[in-house]
Amino acid sequence: MDLIRLKNVNKKYKNGVTAIYDMDLSIKKGSFVFVIGGSGSGKSTLIKMLYREEKPTSGQIVVGGVNVAKLRNQKVYKLRRKLGIVFQDYRLLPKLTVFENVAFAMEVLGAHKDETREKTLKAIEMVGLKNKVHNYPDELSGGEQQRVAIARAIVNNPKLLLCDEPTGNLDPEMSMEIMKVLENINKKRGTTILMVTHDKDIVNAMKKQVITLKDGRLINNKEKGTYNDEDI
Amino acid sequence: MMKIFRMLSRSIRDAFKSVFRNFSLSLASISCITITLVIVAVSIIASFNVENFTKEIEKDLTIVAFLEQDATSDDVEDLIKKIKKLDNVDSYEFKGKEKVKKDMQNESEVFNSIMSDWSKEDNPLKDTFQIRVKDAEQISKTANKIKKMDKVSLVRYGEGMVDKLVNAFSSIEKVAYGVVIALIVVTVFLIINTIKLTIFSRKREISIMRLVGASNFSIKTPFIIEGMILGLIGSIIPVLLTTFGYLSFYKHFDGYLFTELIKLIEPEPFIYTASGIVILIGILVGMIGSASAVRKYLKV
Ligand SMILES: Nc1ncnc2c1ncn2[C@@H]1O[C@H](COP(=O)(O)OP(=O)(O)OP(=O)(O)O)[C@@H](O)[C@H]1O
Ligand SMILES: [Mg+2]
Repeated sequence: MDLIRLKNVNKKYKNGVTAIYDMDLSIKKGSFVFVIGGSGSGKSTLIKMLYREEKPTSGQIVVGGVNVAKLRNQKVYKLRRKLGIVFQDYRLLPKLTVFENVAFAMEVLGAHKDETREKTLKAIEMVGLKNKVHNYPDELSGGEQQRVAIARAIVNNPKLLLCDEPTGNLDPEMSMEIMKVLENINKKRGTTILMVTHDKDIVNAMKKQVITLKDGRLINNKEKGTYNDEDI
Repeated sequence: MMKIFRMLSRSIRDAFKSVFRNFSLSLASISCITITLVIVAVSIIASFNVENFTKEIEKDLTIVAFLEQDATSDDVEDLIKKIKKLDNVDSYEFKGKEKVKKDMQNESEVFNSIMSDWSKEDNPLKDTFQIRVKDAEQISKTANKIKKMDKVSLVRYGEGMVDKLVNAFSSIEKVAYGVVIALIVVTVFLIINTIKLTIFSRKREISIMRLVGASNFSIKTPFIIEGMILGLIGSIIPVLLTTFGYLSFYKHFDGYLFTELIKLIEPEPFIYTASGIVILIGILVGMIGSASAVRKYLKV
């Protein structure tokens, strides 16, 4: 079963830059996929189209049965509820504690208090921050902050987790911890993970599916791939 | 259903928080709403009272038309036809001079003794019509039309007093409307600005809300509610002023303003109606302001 399917997708920004050329891509449910490629190769654009921050200029994108390309603005929130998103810069709310930051994602959906509490604590436990529940973001290391962001992204148990350079600001040791967390989520929850990265060591160590972009084109898609410098 | 309720209670909580977090800013809006609503309240009280006593006056308002001495009964018939045709005439009553004489004699001993030896032929009084009008504001026009009719010698109605009163009040009303509308426009702009700054100060929060899949409704509602809360808070002082101000005003003047002619409206339930209108206008203005700020600055 494919969770994500792209057909003939093109993306041209208003300024005339074409970020994605004629892309076909399928991603199976439950897989763990790295997206690699040089700067400006269209990785973030691809991710943005998947959570409907950007619309493709042409082509078809289906995520979890939702036709994302045709999704109206008013309906975008329905798609977002089915996926979690993690960025390089964490995007936490500084005035909320770890618990509140994670619970925020449940509360805005109008979830019940008990349910929110239960799921929030589960997600926080999953990323290994049980002992920091009541700390504020500025009391945490970068790696810990990113783990809070991951907990927030998975608190609703989404089918898909999109990560755009989640380890981009972290040192190698912290990065590996994040990778352990992500692998654990992928295994235990069966969450499909799509992760953009520049980190050669991570890609080579994990031995997962690797998709390589170059100048907006998909040039390589390999099970158990490696970071191939020549492609980039 | 529960979900919407929880979302709403969250919105209200957030809105209150936001009002107090940006209190100096909120205060500007609230003060402006307060000033506007005080004027609105005074206008409401004044215009309701004017409405009330002009109606009272109108009830008693009659035009008295005196006929020429030589008016024949044919002339009277003719006049009745003409008066009937006037739009503004509610009812009329013809009083011949003999009837006038009798009424006056009944009214006073002095008149009685003077008039008792007037014969039917040398009665110097005149036949009269007493005419009630529908609309007091049109009374002078109607009176003039009657005056121009044949065999009408003289027309009397409230001696210009009513005319002046009605005119004065209607122009005061117009000025009040103008001031209120101008103030409401200013207030709406202040609220738009307040909500705009709240939206900007919560940009990060909003973008995260979008990211995790909050519906447009739940993103927008807190800001709209915030505007309504500003309106509600702004209406507190005006409502107190309306209630206690009018009560003591009414007591001080014993229910009448200057003369027996101008009777004030009973405070109860009038003050509740007036307060209700004031609160409603406050909330509505707050809502209009915040809704337009949301539409302008919160692209969803
Ligand atoms: N909002 C935008 N408007 C116009 N052009 C854009 C926009 N976002 C990206 N681009 C352009 O599209 C191309 C692809 O950008 P994208 O951000 O997808 O690259 P990337 O692979 O994520 O790069 P990096 O590794 O540096 O993050 C680039 O040429 C970029 O300049
Ligand atoms: Mg990028």
